Amino acid sequence: MANEILIYAEKLSKRYGDFIAADSLSMEIYKGEIFGFLGANGAGKTTAMRMFCGLSIPSSGTASVAGFDVYKDSEKIKRNIGYMSQKFSLYEDLTVLENIRFFGGIYGLSDLQLKEKSEAILNNLRIAKEGKTLVAALPLGWKQKLAFSVAMLHEPKIVFLDEPTGGVDPVTRRQFWNLIYEAAERGVTIFITTHYMDEAEYCNRISIMVDGRIDALDTPVNLKKQYNANSMDEVFYQLARGAKRGA
Amino acid sequence: MRILFIQLEKEFRQIFRDTIILTVLFGMPAIELLILPFAANYEVRNIYLVVVDHDHSSDSRRLIEQIKNSAYFELAGYKHSYKEALIMMESDEADLILEIPNGFERNLVRESSSKVFVAVNAINGVKANIGEAYLQKILMDYNDHLRVQLTAGALPPISQIEVSISNWFNPLLDYNKFMVPGILAILATIISVFFSATNIVKEKEIGTIEQINVTPIKKLNFILGKLIPFWILSVIIFTVGLLIAWLVYAIIPVGSLFLLYGFLSIYLVAILGFGLLVSDFCSNQQQANLVIFFFIMIWALMGGLFTSIDSMPYWAKVVTFFNPIRYLIEVFRLIILKGSNFHDLLPHFGIMTLFAVFFNGLAVKYYRKRN
Amino acid sequence: MHKLNHMKQFNNFVRKEFYHLLRDKVILLILFGLPVALMFIFGFALTNEVKNSKIVVLDLAKDVASQQITQQIDASQYFQVEQSEMNLQQVEEAFKTGNIKVAIVFPEGFNEILSHENRARVQIIADGSDPNYATTVTNYLSAILGHYQTRINKPKQIPFQIISETKMIYNPQLRSVHNFVPGVMALILMLVNVLMTAVSIVKEKENGTMEVLLVSSFNPIFVIIAKTIPYLVLSLINVTSILLLSVYVLKLPILGSIPLLFGVSTLFIITSLTLGIFISIKVSSQQQAVIISLMGMLLPTAMFSGFLFPIENMPKVLQYFSDVIPAKWYFIIVKNIMIKGLGFSSIWKEMLILFGMTIFLFVLSIKNFKIRLG
Repeated sequence: MANEILIYAEKLSKRYGDFIAADSLSMEIYKGEIFGFLGANGAGKTTAMRMFCGLSIPSSGTASVAGFDVYKDSEKIKRNIGYMSQKFSLYEDLTVLENIRFFGGIYGLSDLQLKEKSEAILNNLRIAKEGKTLVAALPLGWKQKLAFSVAMLHEPKIVFLDEPTGGVDPVTRRQFWNLIYEAAERGVTIFITTHYMDEAEYCNRISIMVDGRIDALDTPVNLKKQYNANSMDEVFYQLARGAKRGA
Repeated sequence: MRILFIQLEKEFRQIFRDTIILTVLFGMPAIELLILPFAANYEVRNIYLVVVDHDHSSDSRRLIEQIKNSAYFELAGYKHSYKEALIMMESDEADLILEIPNGFERNLVRESSSKVFVAVNAINGVKANIGEAYLQKILMDYNDHLRVQLTAGALPPISQIEVSISNWFNPLLDYNKFMVPGILAILATIISVFFSATNIVKEKEIGTIEQINVTPIKKLNFILGKLIPFWILSVIIFTVGLLIAWLVYAIIPVGSLFLLYGFLSIYLVAILGFGLLVSDFCSNQQQANLVIFFFIMIWALMGGLFTSIDSMPYWAKVVTFFNPIRYLIEVFRLIILKGSNFHDLLPHFGIMTLFAVFFNGLAVKYYRKRN
Repeated sequence: MHKLNHMKQFNNFVRKEFYHLLRDKVILLILFGLPVALMFIFGFALTNEVKNSKIVVLDLAKDVASQQITQQIDASQYFQVEQSEMNLQQVEEAFKTGNIKVAIVFPEGFNEILSHENRARVQIIADGSDPNYATTVTNYLSAILGHYQTRINKPKQIPFQIISETKMIYNPQLRSVHNFVPGVMALILMLVNVLMTAVSIVKEKENGTMEVLLVSSFNPIFVIIAKTIPYLVLSLINVTSILLLSVYVLKLPILGSIPLLFGVSTLFIITSLTLGIFISIKVSSQQQAVIISLMGMLLPTAMFSGFLFPIENMPKVLQYFSDVIPAKWYFIIVKNIMIKGLGFSSIWKEMLILFGMTIFLFVLSIKNFKIRLG
């Protein structure tokens, strides 16, 4: 493929003393891909993501994100990525508009840009009347969609989503994924971690982490064929059976 | 710069939206400033004296009369025995016992000297000291008086040293002038440090800090964005406090206001930096709160507000050298009451600047956007 | 069967709370270290005593009298003489830097005037910005001058002397430590039990884990009580350490009954815990819990319990206010037991008051809790 590699990793590892949180990860992620990072809780997904985002220094191995080295240029990486953390990422005691203004402002968006983006987001999410509502008062599904939109404010090349759809009903999850598709169509690379196996089907390619290692990395279709499974659940089950960590 | 502005906007929005915290922020200092100086009064009034008079002579009665008429003591009672008087002391009804023995008057006339016994409830050291001093003074006055009477002028003239006492800067020895600047200092400190420390840790706990760390925001920017709102808030609260000091206690700074605010500003930068440094190392609010509380408690106690630094043993004095509050209290008193100028305060300014650089430098150094 | 299960559940909760507390080494360090630090500070560092205070002597006379008096001043433990050629203006400068706080001026021809006119004046200049200090040094200096005066008058054989013998009760060395120990106990107990408890409970509220607990078939009151038990234990350990320090390091023996002391302390701990619970029900964030505990609770306790400042000196209004502060009553009780060696018969009234406050707070808490749920 003539596709640009946006995330590259080779034998990337993170150790905390004796504990190996991420073990020798290697991957290439292309522009516009929706890449799913699956695994049980504690398998090391968040650790891996944090290394790519510049939140955590790897112990060994190499990696680059948007062309920048994770060791030396983590600040440059941050200009090109968006992030949605697992614990909430928006300020509950600020309104929708205030959150947009704050995070957009930090990325250097001008007042005019902020105004345009705010209107766009409110319309897109169909919460036009909630501009002045405190985030704390919004239902979970709206919060998540808003957090995603905020992560996209500065039009990053890659957006990292850490378990973004926890705790909402399937309909809301579906709506969230629509947002993801829209972004991918615009050429944004999506790196998403999840422990919902059915979400794996929505991705272009996925990897499955077990005990800190990547035990599988391919398209969902190929994986199902490889493991002779009908669903990603089964694939995962086969891989995770011998796992020492995780649920 | 604009990013800084955006940050400040956000911080202020959050602060002003929390009504409980706002109330306490502005209300408590005001209330405490109004109440504390009245409470924090080391002036000794109402010393309760119990008299045990075994003599019942005219001399003893006159002595007791003298004491009653003095402004210092409240006569708490007459008892027949020392034991009974002691019980009064045990139930906190008496601070001093004066026991006049049988034969007081007789001995004075016959042997030319007589004894009295004084017992002091020394649980409250200050009171004990001063109560005893007052009693001695009355005894001496009475003694002189008596002597003059009994000798009817057949005495060689007594050489007397007259003591003229000038209390500079606070001639009326008004305790408020002593307490209020100190209380102002402590309130300004508590507010700024607590909020700055727990603010960052709160973001750590909630998780929004990750959202910030993942942006290209510079460390310095971030820290400034956290410092400045509380710096501004503290200055405002201090100003309110100063106004109260003026309106309620008639305390008008003798020295330069410019100098006062100048030192306060540097001080705030220093301790806010300290708060940030603490928050760099704490992962949750409980921890940060306790650590800050620990330091503030010790610094406040050893800051020269309640007790004088001069009275401390050497090791304690060394410890106060590292206590920022000590300098603030000193400077406040020096400028407000004595009108000291910049030249007088050079060492204070110097040390506080060192503190500011030290704490903030470390705070920036140890703030990790990634770990 | 049902009851037994509940006991087990309760124990589980309590154990979990202990783990939370024990796992945080920083917090433990401070909670155990603070009382120790306070005891040392109050016991050895804080005093209103004047010792080796720098005094500037402006001796314009330079004669026998002035020099003898100066020597007496220097010899006393209260002062350390700094001879100086400063003029009054320079003395004022020195005051303004805070270096000097007292000066004594002997006028020219002091001894001459004293022996010939029998009356000479000495000027004492004290830094009035610290009234306590000013009064104390003035007292001491006057006493030294008084002694000198008596000495030079001695050869004249003054009759009719009244001599007073003074005895200090409870405190032969006049140390102010005895006021502080009960005060430190009250303060630490308040801190741990109000502040820590309130914050710990609110934290669960903030996290959302409180709701999980509430949904279990467990009576929520027991959940909250479980949260307070580690702090109860911690407080009792603190009381023990404070008492040990008091007896062995500060040399202040406990005159009264130790079991009674612990009993009373437990009562006060429960009162404070109930207060902490009440606060945690009313606020919604940890920051709020802290700020209310501190500003609204700790500071007034320090001020109005009677240990830093004597209550009887306060205006009547504030004295009534201090009646509302639980620490004030605890302070009285502890003083009575520890220092005066009194027994239950002397303190039952105060204990009743504490008990009443506890019940009041408890009922208030339950009512407010129900409102929150409903």
